[in-house]
Amino acid sequence: MNRIESIFSSGRESGRKLLMPFVCGGSPSLDDMRETLPALAEAGASIIEVGIPFSDPIADGPVIAEAMHHALESGVTPRSVMDVVASVRSSLSAGVVAMTSVSIVERMGRDRFVGMLADSGFDGVIFPDAPLEEAGPLAHAAAGRGLTTSLLVAPTTPVERAKQICDECTGFVYVLARAGITGESGGGPTRAIRERIEALRSVTHLPLAVGFGIGSPEHVRTVVSPEAGDADAAIVGTALVRRMNDAGPGNAANAAAAFCSELASGLV
Amino acid sequence: MPETLVAALRELERAYDEAIADDAFHAELDHLLKTFVGRATPLFEAKRLSGLAAERAGKDGAARIWLKREDLAHTGAHKINNTIGQALLTRRMGKRRVIAETGAGQHGVATATACAHLGLDCTVYMGAEDVRRQHLNVVRMKMMGAKVCPVDSGSRTLKDATNEAMRDWMSSVDTTHYILGSVVGPHPFPRIVRDLQACIGREAKEQFAEAMAGEGSKKLLPDCVIACVGGGSNAAGLFYPFIDDASVRIVGVEAGGRGPGLGSHAAPLSHGSPGVLHGSLSYVLQDEDGQTASVHSCSAGLDYPGVGPEHSYWKDVGRVEYIAVDDDQALDSMLLLSRMEGVLPALETAHAVAAAVRIAGEMGADRHIVINCSGRGDKDVDEAARLLRERGEPGFE
Ligand SMILES: Cc1ncc(COP(=O)(O)O)c(C=O)c1O
Repeated sequence: MNRIESIFSSGRESGRKLLMPFVCGGSPSLDDMRETLPALAEAGASIIEVGIPFSDPIADGPVIAEAMHHALESGVTPRSVMDVVASVRSSLSAGVVAMTSVSIVERMGRDRFVGMLADSGFDGVIFPDAPLEEAGPLAHAAAGRGLTTSLLVAPTTPVERAKQICDECTGFVYVLARAGITGESGGGPTRAIRERIEALRSVTHLPLAVGFGIGSPEHVRTVVSPEAGDADAAIVGTALVRRMNDAGPGNAANAAAAFCSELASGLV
Repeated sequence: MPETLVAALRELERAYDEAIADDAFHAELDHLLKTFVGRATPLFEAKRLSGLAAERAGKDGAARIWLKREDLAHTGAHKINNTIGQALLTRRMGKRRVIAETGAGQHGVATATACAHLGLDCTVYMGAEDVRRQHLNVVRMKMMGAKVCPVDSGSRTLKDATNEAMRDWMSSVDTTHYILGSVVGPHPFPRIVRDLQACIGREAKEQFAEAMAGEGSKKLLPDCVIACVGGGSNAAGLFYPFIDDASVRIVGVEAGGRGPGLGSHAAPLSHGSPGVLHGSLSYVLQDEDGQTASVHSCSAGLDYPGVGPEHSYWKDVGRVEYIAVDDDQALDSMLLLSRMEGVLPALETAHAVAAAVRIAGEMGADRHIVINCSGRGDKDVDEAARLLRERGEPGFE
């Protein structure tokens, strides 16, 4: 079984919810990232999302967009991010999924790109800007190398379409807590997420991971607690990336671990 | 394209399909195009320019050159054809707020104008570098009640303004329509913008045949049509009605900037390769990892690393030739058209003029070229004067 699938299935068996932090590849530096991945796993992360920096991240707010631009300016490439993952993979129990724009995948070549991911020890890939209609070949290529494929379901997505999106996914489905871009503004998740999760449960058996706007243990609880959202996992991006950048090179891993432990207290 | 926007794109497509099946929509659009925009714009023969083309080619005569005068449309460029149509669509969808991106500021001004006319709230994103070099248009937008948001990220030009407009739209889709300014972006924008600009080609065709009839000629079609290509909307508007006329040579002119090296130009069809940017698969300027390359053009309206997907199609099937004209040639042609014809063109348009003069010289005197004179040059005078001073142009020191 793929590592993502087994992490979710053992979580479900034991009634445990998962924390999925997002880090921006190569931010604040590749060395910081190398230290951060094991530190996050230690601090309670089950699966780590690694964003491949992209020049035009239209779904990202200023914090992640800045981190990506900064990484690119300092020479970070998809290859160098993958190399960091490869260098820590053997000592890492957590799953690792890449989050990448299709602009990068299509230019580097689908098969080549997913092959590089698999060879570097990634377990899955999220395509945040691949429309359902274009996702088939991407999912096929990923599956060919044993990687899971996750697409996004938005609040604006009608349920019938959400079902089709879920049918293209393996591993887990990425559920947006709100419309808009990544970031901490716009308030955290509300109890309304529960309705959405219930509706999606009726169209898929895949685990549901909720992200966008989640940045505190309270938010995590709202998303995953059986009394609240009851999703399978909570994804935390901007709040973590901001803390890592504020801590700066050399201190980012410690800051990330401390924040991750705090967030994990919101799990049940 | 992020899933969050898919519902809005579907809604737009539905609203557009309903609108074009509705006679009342056409009646209102046509009425506004006529009485507010000032259509039809004239087709004007640039006789002295043709004479100069012959002289430069060392021939007795060159092809006759005609200008489709989009610079005479309200607000001074073709952009208004699109914004009036999309503003009407906004109202049909029951939305009250409009956002737009702009490079040269012409699309921003045209959007602000359409919104003022129809009572819609308007926010325009514009790269900080373009705010500087197209300052006149920033003031015009503000005068018309639009909010102008300078964008400081990335290259601080059109691509980054587009990113920011998309980000706004992701959070505001319920209440807001994004009036995209060219034939780029996700479906159905390339189709809608092309259709709304196609009045340029339809009018040009009719006016050309009329002019010929006036000379007692039965000639119906020009031999060549030429337009500059940024995102490609003025070009698509002129080309589309001629696409099935196999006798018409069609030439699109991209911004060659300072030369063919990546980062020195904005010519994806001439120098790029297929890739994904802003929700469409098209020729694009990227590095080998799919990161959007930096681009350069003296003209803010052409300073974009992508191009409309239909142009990529026309290139691949060989229907349209795409060439690049560099900054210096564009500046030369801006002066040339001003001095030979009394028409001061936008720097974008000047790229098409440069190509037309050369091509006219290669053709016989019984041939005809139509240039899309996509916009007037007032917005560019400060920047052009600065560039002319920089290169030591007499009279501009
Ligand atoms: C006068 C003029 N021509 C051409 C363009 C380029 O856009 P497009 O290629 O979409 O016509 C612009 C864009 O701002 C413009 O202002």
